[in-house]
Amino acid sequence: MTANDGGRIPVASDQDVVRVRQLVRTVAVAVKLSLVDQTKVVTAASELARNTLVYGGGGTVEVSRADNGRRAGVRIVFTDQGPGIADIDLAFTDGYTSGGGLGLGLSGARRLVDEFDIDTAVGQGTTITVTKWCR
Amino acid sequence: MERVPVLKIGDILLVSIQIDMEDQVALQLQEDLADRIVATGCHGVIIDISALDIVDSFVGRTLATIASISRVLDAETVVVGMRPAVAITLVELGLSLPGIRTALNVELGMEMLRRPPGDDLAFADDDPAAVP
Amino acid sequence: MDIGRQAVALGSHEVSRFAELLAQHEDALVTTWTDQVAATLRGRLSAAELHRQTAELHKGFRSALEGGATSLDAEAAGELRALLGDLSTSRARQGFTATETATSVYALKDAVLRILDDNGGADATTLRDYLGFSAFVDRAGLLTFDAYVRAREELISDQAEQLLELSTPVVKLWEGVVAVPLVGTLDSARAQVVMERLLQTLVDTGSPYAIIDITGVPAVDTQVAQHILKTVVAARLMGADCIISGIRPQIAQTIVALGIEFGDIATKSSLADALRHVLRLTGEAARRGGPREG
Repeated sequence: MTANDGGRIPVASDQDVVRVRQLVRTVAVAVKLSLVDQTKVVTAASELARNTLVYGGGGTVEVSRADNGRRAGVRIVFTDQGPGIADIDLAFTDGYTSGGGLGLGLSGARRLVDEFDIDTAVGQGTTITVTKWCR
Repeated sequence: MERVPVLKIGDILLVSIQIDMEDQVALQLQEDLADRIVATGCHGVIIDISALDIVDSFVGRTLATIASISRVLDAETVVVGMRPAVAITLVELGLSLPGIRTALNVELGMEMLRRPPGDDLAFADDDPAAVP
Repeated sequence: MDIGRQAVALGSHEVSRFAELLAQHEDALVTTWTDQVAATLRGRLSAAELHRQTAELHKGFRSALEGGATSLDAEAAGELRALLGDLSTSRARQGFTATETATSVYALKDAVLRILDDNGGADATTLRDYLGFSAFVDRAGLLTFDAYVRAREELISDQAEQLLELSTPVVKLWEGVVAVPLVGTLDSARAQVVMERLLQTLVDTGSPYAIIDITGVPAVDTQVAQHILKTVVAARLMGADCIISGIRPQIAQTIVALGIEFGDIATKSSLADALRHVLRLTGEAARRGGPREG
């Protein structure tokens, strides 16, 4: 498997966040996302990977090509074994933050991708799956 | 860790970010700039981000903090060269970079710094008499 | 379909018999075939061109059959499939109908039938052979139809793209001022293209001012208004200012009725007013900032 097809990156430091950005960019270019869509998905990945690092206490990010038969795309899965999110609605509110940030991480990232799934439970960690399709 | 170089040109400090910054590098830049503003007594800071292919909320926040810190140290900050794709993404992300002045390129940024701060004509009213 | 094909499918014996027939009567076949096609196309392609095409198709059919292809999916029929695809694409681009395109292939059946007639009429075996061969040609006709539709779809999407390019010009109006005169209905996709093009032009020309003129836009819905607003905000993030001009009364009413906030975005009634506004601003800047060329 080459970098074009994606891969798995452990996220334990902010260098890893840079690595995630670069891998997502590589795959986004390989599936021929437009420049604006590349920028959107890389930015979303950067936000979510930082969440994994800061709130989830580290975890893994898996980047892969997606294909639904009609369109190609990029799929990214962020997994951590952190504390989980107690109130999802609150976490998605613009401006809400529990970590001293701008509070745009989750809701902002969701606006930048086409599909956004979150699976979380208090004490069980969080898994977020996002997909960006070619237009 | 890489460091972003800070150049002094006349009364202006010029920073051209050419690398995909780790968060630590961004924070280091924030410190370096504050030190250099005080050491040089410069009144303007231009941050060229034309080489950045993304600006996420962390970098956005760092830029805003740099602008605030320089203002306290009596220097105006202008962020120049933001790419269209980056701007579109920031709008979608909901990040409006309040308090940051921007220009299309370094030249226009320098021109902006030559004007007194707060005199942002972009938002001036039609009537010339109403311009403060 | 499968049952039908089984009943009249070509066996390997029939295939070689037909290959022989195609080889033996090449000249007569191609001539009859060309005449048939020429009759349907009514002189829109030259006789020489048609003759070349049918001769090529004939060669394709012949080599497929000689290679032992009992169906069009066989490996030996690869060249024939490619030929049929090319024929359909060129016919589609030249504006022929799907029927006219498929007839170019079906005419082979008539030509073959005539050869069979000339050689002593049809006995039961020949008839059975002919049905199998006919099914083979039918499949070839369907293939041209598929290829024809595909070619037309490509043509349409190419044209749609060209139209998009044409309908969204970004022009330089003055030193440091660009304008986008929007004409026609704005859908979300087009609004997005305009937005990206405008912002890129600002960078390329180093223009701090942009005028978005919507005089030619008949209606604005929430989504389009949002796109325009986002463009303005994105331009501002980049250090440029947008002025919206040419808002018609109905559109102004829609904007208010939809509750869309234009906030502190400058709006002017006409492109001329917008340009005057910008020139006044840049004049101010020049006066305050000292002498400035341009």
